[in-house]
Amino acid sequence: MVRRIKAFGAFWYDFVIGDDWLVAAGVVIALALTYALSRTTVPAWWLLPLALAVLLPVSLWRGARKR
Amino acid sequence: MGSSSALFIAVFLACVVEAVEATTIVLAAGTARDWRSATSGMAGALAVLAIIVAALGPAVSALPLRGLRLVVGALLLVFGLQWLRKAILRASGHKALHDEEKIFAQQLAAASAQARRQAGLVPDWYGFTLSFKGVLLEGLEVVFIVLTFGANQHDIGLAAIAGAAAVVVVAGAGVAVRSPLSRVPENSLKFIVGIMLTAFGAFWGAEGAGAHWPGSDAALLALIPAIAAFALALVTVMRRSPGGSGRQQAAVAAAATAGERS
Repeated sequence: MVRRIKAFGAFWYDFVIGDDWLVAAGVVIALALTYALSRTTVPAWWLLPLALAVLLPVSLWRGARKR
Repeated sequence: MGSSSALFIAVFLACVVEAVEATTIVLAAGTARDWRSATSGMAGALAVLAIIVAALGPAVSALPLRGLRLVVGALLLVFGLQWLRKAILRASGHKALHDEEKIFAQQLAAASAQARRQAGLVPDWYGFTLSFKGVLLEGLEVVFIVLTFGANQHDIGLAAIAGAAAVVVVAGAGVAVRSPLSRVPENSLKFIVGIMLTAFGAFWGAEGAGAHWPGSDAALLALIPAIAAFALALVTVMRRSPGGSGRQQAAVAAAATAGERS
């Protein structure tokens, strides 16, 4: 039973988080910051593209280093 | 190209990739084990998927759009970035290319090694479960893509047509050739799908979090080429980095030149 629960958890972790947890964590933080900024008068649309521009190279560097 | 065309292309290409992978598994199960069991497994999985769509479709459509866009945008962004990451690592030589023929051979060998066992009306239980699990898992991704893209753009019908067209085209090709669809440029497709998922994810995620894009839906048509250009630039940079294919080719060329001189 415990093994099945672990396998179930591992499947969903692999399905949603994938190879690099940093990407998922970065996306959540960027969305939270976008929400916070959208409550002010400052435009918030630029934050996610900026987060992508940082997250993707960092994740690639981590992936290449792991190899 | 309008946002409806972008929606159709994104869903179609994403579903082609998933369908190619499912077809490879069914073909391996049918070739190595038993075609009746493999097709029964596929039919069983398609029936389960149809039930999931029937149950989740109306539920997803009924969710408040802003909450849906936030959750789906976050998931698509994570998926898209993971796809793009793998595609860039593959294109730059940091990761082995996805090889459908090799995967087919591995699955064929694994399936051939198992003992045959009849279960009820199914002549070969292993072939049935292999095919069932493969189609169900890849199909769940197709269902997720169709429902979320369709609900977010208020056009589940168009998304469903795109998904169904992809499955029909790939399954038809699989039945026709009865061998892995290695001619499908899967690595390039995954690169494009990664770009599309990331662009739609960023667009919907930001809207769900309360941001407003300049130009509304038209912003997508700027986001997609911008992300594509950025990803291609990263491929160039990664090729030149240690372990990249550019460095390897340069090293091979230098060694060849040195060999000619000596």
